[in-house]
Amino acid sequence: MSQNVYDRVKANPKYTELVEKRSSFAWKLSAVMLVVYYAFILVIAFSPTSFAQKIGSGVTTIGIPIGFAVIIIAFVLTGIYTQRANGEFDDLTNQIKEDIRSEK
Amino acid sequence: MKWGLLLLTLSNFLFAADAQFSGKRDLNTSAIIMFLLFVVATLGITYWAAKRTKTAKDFYTAGGGITGFQNGLAIAGDYMSAASFLGISGLVYLKGFDGLIYSIGFLVGWPIILFLVAEQLRNLGKYTFSDVASYRLKQTPIRTLAAFGSLATVALYLIAQMVGAGQLIQILFGLPYEYAVIMVGILMILYVTFGGMLATTWVQIIKAVLLLSGASFMAIMIMYKVGFSFENLFAQAVEIKKTVAILAPGGLVSDPISAVSLGIALMFGTAGLPHILMRFFTVSDAKEARKSVFFATGFIGYFYILTFIIGFGAIVLLSADPQYLDAVKGGIIGGGNMAAIHTAHAIGGNIFLGFISAVAFATILAVVSGLTLAGASAVSHDLYANVFARGRVDEVTEMKVSKYSTIALGIVAIILGIAFEKQNIAFMVGLAFAIAASSNFPILFLSMFWGKLTTKGAVWGGSLGLLTAIVLVVLSKAVWVDILGNKTAIYAYGNPAIFSVTIAFVGIWLFSIMDKSEDAKAEMAAYEHQFIRSQTGIGAEGASSH
Repeated sequence: MSQNVYDRVKANPKYTELVEKRSSFAWKLSAVMLVVYYAFILVIAFSPTSFAQKIGSGVTTIGIPIGFAVIIIAFVLTGIYTQRANGEFDDLTNQIKEDIRSEK
Repeated sequence: MKWGLLLLTLSNFLFAADAQFSGKRDLNTSAIIMFLLFVVATLGITYWAAKRTKTAKDFYTAGGGITGFQNGLAIAGDYMSAASFLGISGLVYLKGFDGLIYSIGFLVGWPIILFLVAEQLRNLGKYTFSDVASYRLKQTPIRTLAAFGSLATVALYLIAQMVGAGQLIQILFGLPYEYAVIMVGILMILYVTFGGMLATTWVQIIKAVLLLSGASFMAIMIMYKVGFSFENLFAQAVEIKKTVAILAPGGLVSDPISAVSLGIALMFGTAGLPHILMRFFTVSDAKEARKSVFFATGFIGYFYILTFIIGFGAIVLLSADPQYLDAVKGGIIGGGNMAAIHTAHAIGGNIFLGFISAVAFATILAVVSGLTLAGASAVSHDLYANVFARGRVDEVTEMKVSKYSTIALGIVAIILGIAFEKQNIAFMVGLAFAIAASSNFPILFLSMFWGKLTTKGAVWGGSLGLLTAIVLVVLSKAVWVDILGNKTAIYAYGNPAIFSVTIAFVGIWLFSIMDKSEDAKAEMAAYEHQFIRSQTGIGAEGASSH
């Protein structure tokens, strides 16, 4: 790829928009995942008895549904990102590529 | 011709061995038939794939033409290893809730891979993750280090799989452990050498579908037996184990440093596993790469919920039934890793035991094939083609080298598999993750996101991370006490990641900012181009035409 193409991509305002939107979205979602997971791990490390509390009168502890919830959150987050990236972000990328082609 | 002969030998091998050791277990015809069916089908696929594998691109990435859904299944297939299936359900059987901690750690790396690594990797790379790491840095040192990181990870992971294979076949067929390991080694060499990535991918897909169906059936049957009530399942397990401790965090993660360390290793380790990273080059573009992770995360998460149910099902179904218990050693026959296998028998008799055993064995075969392909690529594409021959090598020679590497790796895997027979396989995989998290991941991640990274920084920081991880693993209980026979471990925490990952990142940062050379300036200047390509895919490798 020639220097010229890179310079034109860089100068395209849509490129700046794409990078800013995607980066902030990706980092925010990563932060959500990290916070959820490390909150889970740190409770286990510092206060394991919190997860040992029983739900109602049965033996099931709250740790089990919380664990399942972490798994489901992980999956839902990948869905949210894929949905937006394969739509909005890819549209922007295609527009940038189209702009470069038409400028030639 | 070749295939026919092999099958003949293989079946003779199995039946003869069974006759020889029939005192151990009854002849399980259904298991043997289902296993042979899988072998015939996969060798058929290998034959089909071999005819389509002509170029190096075909060999390493199946021509880049795998769809996101297929790749998602194949990634799940790669990830749902025998260590996950047997190891985690065994861990749940023994320790209850603690098994879930492991599963969750294995899963949460996936969203991070999607958000920060997957599409950038697809846009920048060609065959291996070293392509990305060395994109604007010096080829020789970066590829050498990345290849060693890959090989260390692959070796540890392979050992875990081989041990699982040996134990499984031993208990199922009464076949000696060594024979089982050798057989796995030979089959995996055949898949990879002849069928390359195309055969490996389809073996993964078939295995993933079989494993998900089998595990779903087991979980449904267990839930059926307890009236589809988790409360009932847990209550029965508590009654049998005579303690409620299995429903809460226990001794597995005993102190905060071990807990955080395990978390770091599992989360970032996933993003540094060479056989997983390599899968992103098999799809056509960033869109398909994202879909791959979405589907993979769904399948893997679902699978971990199933293993949790199966582990508790094992407590309920096996503990009171003498046919599964080892009268001499206590516990169940074959140890905790066999919990899922015995549970299959308790649910569906010999036929379902045969099915699950064949699936578990297929799982091992598929995973070791993926690992071997990644290891062989590190040797042939990184070490041979780009370091030793400095890029001046034709495709035919490179492919030849990768095939020889496959055979060599297969032999090494057999030897190591036999040497590590008595180790806990879930723990072994944890160690592989620590190394991946401490060397491969920091280099890959910073090469994509930090413009000031230099070759010197990556090499020093990455080597320090790798070295710290290996040294701490050797000094930890798993090696220092259990293998070397010392009394107490010098490194007290289960997992080195908290220290080794930190050292890697700090090392890379420090040596990069200290690097004032002209080369370093050129490397920093090249970041802009790399970043544009990683974000937009302009200039990225496409799928091949066929």
